[in-house]
Amino acid sequence: MKHAEEYRDGRVAQALAARIAGEADPAGSYHFMEFCGGHTHAISRYGIEDLLPEVVRLIHGPGCPVCVLPVGRIDAAIRLAERPGVTLCTYGDVMRVPGSRGTSLLRAKAAGADIRMVYSTLDALRIAEAEPGREVVFFAIGFETTTPPTALAIRLAARQGLANFSVFCNHVLTPPAIQNILDSPELRRLDCVRLDGFIGPAHVSTVIGTEPYAFFAEEFEKPVVVAGFEPLDVLQAVLMLIRQVNEGRHEVENQYGRAVRREGNERAKADVAEIFELRRSFEWRGLGVVPYSGLRLKEKYSAYDAERRFGIESLPARDNPACECGAILRGVKRPADCKLFGTVCTPETPMGSCMVSAEGACAAHWTYGRFRDRAGRAS
Amino acid sequence: MTGKTHRRRLDIENGRVDLSHGAGGRAMGQLIAEVFHDALDNEWLRRGNDQAAFDLAGGRVVMTTDGYVVSPLFFPGGDIGSLAVHGTINDVAMAGARPLYLSASFILEEGFPLAALKRIADSMGAAARAAGVPVVTGDTKVVERGKADGVFISTTGIGVVPAGLDLSAEKARPGDCVILSGTIGDHGIAIMSKRQNLSFETELVSDSAPLHGLVAAMVEAGGRGLRVMRDPTRGGVAATLNELAQQSAVGFRLNEAALPVRAEVAAACELLGLDPLYVANEGKLVAVIAPDAAAAVLAAMRAHPLGRDAAIIGEVVDDDHRFVQMTTGFGGGRIVDWLSGEQLPRIC
Repeated sequence: MKHAEEYRDGRVAQALAARIAGEADPAGSYHFMEFCGGHTHAISRYGIEDLLPEVVRLIHGPGCPVCVLPVGRIDAAIRLAERPGVTLCTYGDVMRVPGSRGTSLLRAKAAGADIRMVYSTLDALRIAEAEPGREVVFFAIGFETTTPPTALAIRLAARQGLANFSVFCNHVLTPPAIQNILDSPELRRLDCVRLDGFIGPAHVSTVIGTEPYAFFAEEFEKPVVVAGFEPLDVLQAVLMLIRQVNEGRHEVENQYGRAVRREGNERAKADVAEIFELRRSFEWRGLGVVPYSGLRLKEKYSAYDAERRFGIESLPARDNPACECGAILRGVKRPADCKLFGTVCTPETPMGSCMVSAEGACAAHWTYGRFRDRAGRAS
Repeated sequence: MTGKTHRRRLDIENGRVDLSHGAGGRAMGQLIAEVFHDALDNEWLRRGNDQAAFDLAGGRVVMTTDGYVVSPLFFPGGDIGSLAVHGTINDVAMAGARPLYLSASFILEEGFPLAALKRIADSMGAAARAAGVPVVTGDTKVVERGKADGVFISTTGIGVVPAGLDLSAEKARPGDCVILSGTIGDHGIAIMSKRQNLSFETELVSDSAPLHGLVAAMVEAGGRGLRVMRDPTRGGVAATLNELAQQSAVGFRLNEAALPVRAEVAAACELLGLDPLYVANEGKLVAVIAPDAAAAVLAAMRAHPLGRDAAIIGEVVDDDHRFVQMTTGFGGGRIVDWLSGEQLPRIC
């Protein structure tokens, strides 16, 4: 496959791994968080951790859009889909996310709710056009990457005066979540948890650029390397971070220059700014309430806001108290440290957010990496 | 008064299945005669009994049954009719057996176009004739509109295993070789390319094919060295190997670089966020073979048109955890786990 195989070349990987092993200080510590689920997936799928020396540890961050969706929002979407006359459209991997009391969109669909899996926002728009008698709601989730397509759908709906289309907006922002992690008490307290740098998002950064990370590099003195989602991208980013740590630098560097510009995609940013505004706060599964981290539709587009149209209220719903997702997302614990991991919490019956999508830290470790735990665990 | 009553033939071009076609009366007889018997014609069907009678040569008899509910009904490289023949022939053949006869049961939805039904029956007949395995008995039911999705087909197959051969899922042993007969994921991706909401342009066709010829060549070359064979349909190679790991109480170690995957399949999987190891095949087999027989079997497979791309993709290992593990093309290790639920596209 052109333009993908060259970023997965095993021989280049061995050469890079050798350089990493040569440059990493055997007595040092290099704890890097990859924020994005896309990176988590690549790291697990290609077995990248096997290529890194022991002193380099990768911490899987909260950047999996499905994983951070709180239970209350899933419950609200299910209740919406159960209303007569409503057709709920959503991306495929939202279907299995557990709501409270063992519910999910997949189960609601089986019980008769009209829930349809779409591959783009425009598919949902087409359904609204084709079925004017149905209230078609697009269940919008995701980071800065999936927000522009939602904005486009709303703009097209407004232009066509499509009265039976609306959006249940759950879009969230990356920088406030990174800040939340860096502000967490475990990281603030000395010698509690180390975080030596960030592998910055790939697709998100194509939209927002590299500028938003400058604050973290400066204020928290953490190096950030924006990297692509291919395995060689990840290895190269690790090497760049190690060099920054070794040289005492904390800068924003761009490994993903083939797709990411400093200022990002101005057109996409403008499209989003036209339609959306910041919420005062938004709940993240695993992180809790994060200020100014979510988007909602502006007053001007309120006709397309499902929350207003249907009077949706998010009821508070809590995760299993034994679930360690929050600590795992901040790098305080590893998946295997959680009592639920692999016992009652598996990808078939996820209890916590990290087990939901293949991009979640726990699901990725369970699906691809749990053989590494076998020495220490009986399972 | 005697004499020929005039009977109008079915209007295949414009007609549709209605409830009378399943009611046991004249209309049903006509549908069976003009659609199914025409297409599947053979000496057993011609006798018009509710069952087929035949002698079997001595030996162990294998029997299998499978339901086909594919959507869309027609896809690049085949349709539900040819699939219902190939799939069941393959399930018989995976025992090392020679498939002999098939039965077919049709559940038709009221309103289904007769032209499409004829196309399916004709394709089924052509597939059966090409494979040399006749459909010798069958059944038709019609259900009300909305109670089925056009056409569902169930086929049953029987065959005979050559003397001395006993393939079974619990027979994989550490050290055995795992051979895959060709490229993976072709069927699943060909189907997905035609799904509503997902159509994308591809030249790719389903690999749907009867594998009994290939199996006969393998049996001849490998004999008792063949431990177990399975066709990796739903759930792909990953599901098949996980099943065998459980049943044989062993692990597998695969080499990703050895997996044959077409560039178009790899590209489509990339686009949809899928892993070809989990995508369905309809004309491929996975075989576990004793190490001393592997080279001969592999050579025999590569000499057969359906095994040209056959490759040794890994080996059976001792593993209490029964993991299927893989050395990635990148040089790291990972598990190839059971699929959780349906493989759904990732969004980001």
